[in-house]
Amino acid sequence: MILLQVVVGGLLLGAVYALFASGLTLIWGMMNFINFAHGEFVMLGMYVALVVTWIHGGPEVFVPIAMVALFALGVCVYFGLIKHVTRGPMLAQILSTFGLALLLRYSAFAYFKADFRTLPESWLSGTLNIGGIFVQNSKLVAGVMAALLTIGMHLLLTRTALGSRLLAVSEDRSAAMLMGIRPDRMQALAWGFSAASAGIAGALLAIGFPFSPEVGATYALTAFVVVALGGFGSVPGAGIAGIIIGLVDQISAYELGPIYKDVVVYGLFVAVLWVRPQGLLGKF
Amino acid sequence: MKKGNFLSAVLVAATLAAGPALAEDVKVGAIYPLSGNAASAGKSELDAIALAVELVNGTYPDLVSLPSVGKGGLSNLGGAKIQLITADHQGKPEEANSQTLRMITQDKVAAMIGAYHSNVSFTATAVAERQGIPFVVGDSVAANIMTRGFKWVVRVTPIASDFAKNYMEYLQDMKKAGRKVETVAVVHENTDYGVSIGGTVVEQAKSHGFNVIADVAYNANSTDVSAQVLQLKEKNPDCVVFVSYTADAILYMKTMKSLDYLPPMIIGDDAGFADPAFVPAVGDLAQGVMNRSAWAVGKPGSVTYRINELFKAKTGRDLDDTSARGLQAMLVLADAINRAGSTAPDKIMAALKATNLSQDQVMMGYRGVKFDERGENTLAATYLVQLQGKEYVAVWPEKSALAPLQWPMKGWK
Repeated sequence: MILLQVVVGGLLLGAVYALFASGLTLIWGMMNFINFAHGEFVMLGMYVALVVTWIHGGPEVFVPIAMVALFALGVCVYFGLIKHVTRGPMLAQILSTFGLALLLRYSAFAYFKADFRTLPESWLSGTLNIGGIFVQNSKLVAGVMAALLTIGMHLLLTRTALGSRLLAVSEDRSAAMLMGIRPDRMQALAWGFSAASAGIAGALLAIGFPFSPEVGATYALTAFVVVALGGFGSVPGAGIAGIIIGLVDQISAYELGPIYKDVVVYGLFVAVLWVRPQGLLGKF
Repeated sequence: MKKGNFLSAVLVAATLAAGPALAEDVKVGAIYPLSGNAASAGKSELDAIALAVELVNGTYPDLVSLPSVGKGGLSNLGGAKIQLITADHQGKPEEANSQTLRMITQDKVAAMIGAYHSNVSFTATAVAERQGIPFVVGDSVAANIMTRGFKWVVRVTPIASDFAKNYMEYLQDMKKAGRKVETVAVVHENTDYGVSIGGTVVEQAKSHGFNVIADVAYNANSTDVSAQVLQLKEKNPDCVVFVSYTADAILYMKTMKSLDYLPPMIIGDDAGFADPAFVPAVGDLAQGVMNRSAWAVGKPGSVTYRINELFKAKTGRDLDDTSARGLQAMLVLADAINRAGSTAPDKIMAALKATNLSQDQVMMGYRGVKFDERGENTLAATYLVQLQGKEYVAVWPEKSALAPLQWPMKGWK
């Protein structure tokens, strides 16, 4: 029974990781670009949720608002920063989002202070008891959201005209322009989607997790591992990798003790990449 | 050689003569985590230390029962003021290393105070020792900070062995009163703080006749602690002792509620459970949690009440145990500088070593301040407090209790 609870906990945690990582992998798939500020996007999603609760709003309000606010931020970041640095050398691209991450983190520090925050109780903060197995509502919703987003993004990219345009830009920017596609608009949209998914993840995580402006760093490392394990740029890969890491994390923490879980998780990560450097579902 | 001696003697004499006359500021370096995971606790403690400096520099006729306080500066140094130089170590020992060195060599501080995290104090004190600058540890409790034979370090706070012993004496009292207390679990984060206190608690539990059925180490930056809570649920101990920082302490309480596990009693060792963010975040879930505290606000009109009021006027919140221990340490340092009547590090250190304060001359629940040859405060002691409503109230030992103790804890039920 307890082991079953551990597995359920692993699946839920994995869903959160998947939700967190899907936006990151989207940007990589679209632009070959690593966004080091992704963790900070999630952090901002949390603070958007916090601010909304100050003006009396529950999860049904703050999750959509976080999504829209972060979508807007993603688009602004693209036009304000990314568009310009992609013309520069590779190192400038990497360091620009790193700088953005620090800028966002310390702006949050300046405004919200270093205190740990938690959201007030709401209808999503409870727990479901399914035959003796406890499932946190917020994580369940995060799991459903992760599945929906993963499937949705996958369908968007593979089945729609918009998706074809997005992929066309990522494959060959000049050729896409010759076909009448505006690459800036497409890539700004990709940044918007990516940041919006981070906003949703942040708002849902904030329900059960205490956060401070530093929280992005805590999650970002796992997100990168999930993206690399799933295969850079593969949205379904991030989903599967998230679940695997969540499960391994929880089972090893329970069986071996929490200080060994990171050894097991990262050991597995290195081993998988050794066999499949492109990640589980990645292409060369 | 002779000439050099003579010159330096003249210089020393000149500084000694000039010092009091000019009443030059005495620089004290304070190093705390102002960013990083413990930033909220670090800022709060630095606020308290800044208040201590104000108490020494300002005029507070109602607080003069505390030595060197409220007389408008250090009287033996011609009314010189203390000037606080601050630095952020971000919770990183390597950062503390460079910042401490910078404050000593560039800012020329006369003494240091710090540093919240035990592993950071461990490093920062080593720098002060090499440079020959007095370092007062106000809060860090790991044993290894003081066991290196250092000559320039004193520690004011009660330490791991003091309160691990207090915890077990409390549990023995409960057992005598007819409650079932046989088994204890210890859950600790795995840096110096958690490892040293966790280890000491395990040791003391065994020597007091309790069965330690789980000893769980974890990383304080964890995003999820479900597995640990399930381990506890399976072993079902009579009391769980947590040694945790802030985010993890809050996460443990939330996770315990969501997995519907509540032990009969939880003892949270200070840090995370005493953080100003803890009660607003999970106070409703953690009703009855025990904690240690050497700080109690006391009755209106008392010195402690007045200090708390001043702190509240400045920051909008009550003084917590960790911050209060920092404040007390700063007062001890200020008094030593005053008695030294000099800013020379060796004079200050000698005065620190000679500190002998009685219970009435300190604002904490210590029996006083007097250092042994290692620099530990031999008169340090602590109360046990319990979260009842929105506040921790003193419940043990019985003679200093302000409210009856609740057993088992109510939690969220």
